[in-house]
Amino acid sequence: MIALIDYGAGNTASVANVLKDLNCDYKITYCESDICKSEKIIFPGVGEAAYAVRRLHMTNLFNLLHIIKKPLLGICLGMQLFCQKSKEGDVVSLGILPGSTEKFDDTKVKVPHMGWNQLKYTKQSKLFDGIQEGEYFYFANSYYVPINEYATSVCNYDIDFCSSMEKDNFYGVQFHPEKSGQAGTLLMKNFIEKC
Amino acid sequence: MVSKRIIPCLDVKDGQVVKGINFVELRHAGSAVELAQRYYDEGADELVFLDITATLEKRKTLVELVKDVASVIRIPFTVGGGISELDDIEALLRAGADKVSLNSSIVKNPDLITQAANRFGSQAIVAAIDIKAVNGIKKIFVKGGKEETEIEGLYWCKKVNELGAGEILLTSMDHDGTKAGYDLRFLKQVVESVTIPVIASGGAGTKEHFLDAFNVGVDACLAASLFHYEELAIKDLKQYLRSNGVRVRL
Repeated sequence: MIALIDYGAGNTASVANVLKDLNCDYKITYCESDICKSEKIIFPGVGEAAYAVRRLHMTNLFNLLHIIKKPLLGICLGMQLFCQKSKEGDVVSLGILPGSTEKFDDTKVKVPHMGWNQLKYTKQSKLFDGIQEGEYFYFANSYYVPINEYATSVCNYDIDFCSSMEKDNFYGVQFHPEKSGQAGTLLMKNFIEKC
Repeated sequence: MVSKRIIPCLDVKDGQVVKGINFVELRHAGSAVELAQRYYDEGADELVFLDITATLEKRKTLVELVKDVASVIRIPFTVGGGISELDDIEALLRAGADKVSLNSSIVKNPDLITQAANRFGSQAIVAAIDIKAVNGIKKIFVKGGKEETEIEGLYWCKKVNELGAGEILLTSMDHDGTKAGYDLRFLKQVVESVTIPVIASGGAGTKEHFLDAFNVGVDACLAASLFHYEELAIKDLKQYLRSNGVRVRL
């Protein structure tokens, strides 16, 4: 069973729709015991970082996510919350990745970064099995994770930033696979079957 | 770099897509879910659903429609029409919408933009702005274009940006349904005055009109009847744009 974490600040319906397409057994939950029973975890994020972190504390998930050893896929804000800190709302996040999220410079580009963009692979990743480099993915973010040693791909919007990462059991994507057509569905299938 | 977006707009009334000319004289164009599926298959980058009756009839927007649409398409979509409460926004986002567009409600209560952005993130909040020239001055209209306000267009675009909107959906009521091209002059002014993406709406009739709008700097172009009645195929449009130097997803 896949635990699809609903901490009241994510868009679980769209991720759930893809899991349904993939005939995957999943449960939308914020319950610790469900998460402990699950094989893998999807941690979606849409929303504002400080609000999301507050919700994680309220649902007692903050510490659990930090220490969990199962494959966990953070999507969009979900991945950003892997950082030590978020500049959005200036809030302490999960600390799985070093450093802090940054905001795009709105004197140089339109912010949010909204729309379809391409990736450049920087490391082999099972998430991208069967997905050609140059495929488009849908992004909607004002903040980004700077390039770091765990980045598996980078994307460019004024500057290069980390568009996906892998560290131990933690997988993260800045874009929305659940809104990125067939390539996005394949990426989620890869997470479920290969990670 | 991010691609320019092509966005079919579905004006919805009772689950059916309708399209008016200059905001009146509605014509039927089919089921919203079926059209959504068609546009997804044809390579639309995003969709917008506007429940055109919602504000007037004080109805809540269509959570059920959002669920149905979200179950068939795997691209982002925005939903608007009569949204005035944070709880409405939450219900629509939870049902699978990516963004909500706010129009009359933020004119009445501009703080709603900030409250919504603080809770759901700016990227989920689209300020929909309907503009019409009155004695040569671009004025904001609300309630589905039925009610004139004293608010000047460019001022309001800057204001929604400042308050935390993540995107502006700018519809020229004068150009809407005419197929004579987007309001390029005003779009250019807006693009140069705000720091958030701008979606051009109202007036698309040919491929060249899209190119013109991208050339003045808009981030996305919206059209309705042109796509609904299959006068222009999205793929052909994108190929044309790409061959003219516009970055598009193909």
